Amino acid sequence: MPYFDKNGQTTYDANFYQQVKAASGTNIDRCYQCLTCSLGCPVTFAMDYLPNQLVRMVQLGLKQPTLTSATIWICADCEACATRCPNDVEILRLMDALREIAQQEGIRGKEKTVAAFHQAFLASIKRWGRQHELSMLLQLKFKTADFFSDIALGIKMLLKGKLKLLPPRFGDLRGVRAIFQRIEKRITGGERA
Amino acid sequence: MKYAYYPGCSLESTAREYDLSVRAVCSSLGIELTELADWSCCGASSGHSTNRWLAHALAGRNLALAERAGLDIAVACPSCYVRLRTTYQEMKDNPQQQEELVNLIGMPYEVKYSTRHLLDIIVNDIGPEELKKRVVKPLKALKVACYYGCYLVRPPDVVAFDDPENPESMDMLLDTLGAEVRDWSGKVDCCGGSLSLSKREIACRLVAEITEMAQRAGAQAIVTACPLCHSNLEMRQTAGRQNKLPIFYFTELIGLAIGLDKTRSWFKKHMISPLNLLASHGL
Repeated sequence: MPYFDKNGQTTYDANFYQQVKAASGTNIDRCYQCLTCSLGCPVTFAMDYLPNQLVRMVQLGLKQPTLTSATIWICADCEACATRCPNDVEILRLMDALREIAQQEGIRGKEKTVAAFHQAFLASIKRWGRQHELSMLLQLKFKTADFFSDIALGIKMLLKGKLKLLPPRFGDLRGVRAIFQRIEKRITGGERA
Repeated sequence: MKYAYYPGCSLESTAREYDLSVRAVCSSLGIELTELADWSCCGASSGHSTNRWLAHALAGRNLALAERAGLDIAVACPSCYVRLRTTYQEMKDNPQQQEELVNLIGMPYEVKYSTRHLLDIIVNDIGPEELKKRVVKPLKALKVACYYGCYLVRPPDVVAFDDPENPESMDMLLDTLGAEVRDWSGKVDCCGGSLSLSKREIACRLVAEITEMAQRAGAQAIVTACPLCHSNLEMRQTAGRQNKLPIFYFTELIGLAIGLDKTRSWFKKHMISPLNLLASHGL
């Protein structure tokens, strides 16, 4: 884990730990590195840092490697870690806070497809009030320039009526869009709970 | 027994058969479901991965609608379930945050009505004895592995009506319906559903582990209560065509066992057809 970059400059950020602690609302000080989280994690094989390592990195203020890690996007949100943690460290909340900070600070990490998926998913809610899988999938394909995967699956799903051509009918679009606007205002206003 | 029914987005599209079977089974069992008027998407994992308050507001809007209707919510999708319960729980534990939520959704909300999953309602309120009386077509010798996944049981302080490591409600239910329930250790493993579209290879690997484990335990099919697990387990099974494992919703099998009609139209929507398996058991 690099404390210094190749030019000998320190890579830690003294405020990062407090920032994450406030944004996640979970007490990461309690972690005593028992590794229970990483042992039960189903997706460690695809991570660059293990969940317990990420906790330590945040404690040490290693902002840049933490926010650019693949781990924060590979985490599948299964909650096995937080359920089993003997010290009640809510690691999913930690992951959420790291993803949130990374996106707000415009940090493009290693797993762009996952972030693109979340953006497409939320765009669909903002647009239709509910998820419209077909337009969400098309948007994701354009965002990631991946046009050919799962085409056969998609056609089969259309034929079985599992993907709707038309978006859902939903009444209170203004209400839902207003929620997005208030959140955007909250973010640009720099407010935090 | 009256609830505001929150189908969630998947049940309108990829999980049509889940929605149809939920409505048919509940109506037959006397659970009155009134669809929550103008419900919106709960935000799912994309909401909380992006902004904590966006997640609360998207879930909170629906909680406020149910409160207006004066009903607890009944939900079929565990992903919606965990989002609605999380916001409810956080607002209940931190009343000072309630005001913020009310401002964000632009609706009154007093954290009065809760959310329950339909598996919980059917197992704990209807109960196995009542169900047993209704069974006309026992799922005899159908070997199944009950798969709970993540959000029916985790995080336990928010959602669990069952044990977080070894849940048994669905096993008990399927046993009541006459199926041969296989014990296995994959019950609460994650199938990687949230990465099914963005990290296909991860989802494929987790699905392979789960389906192989179920097959080793002697199961001929997996039973789930989650539309995201269902579509992920169906879409990402890459094993040879011959031995793909059919995936059922628990409500479909209740419907079959209590003799509802139209069950075939649900099964025809599956990506992995269970019809041959059912036919080989005379079902």
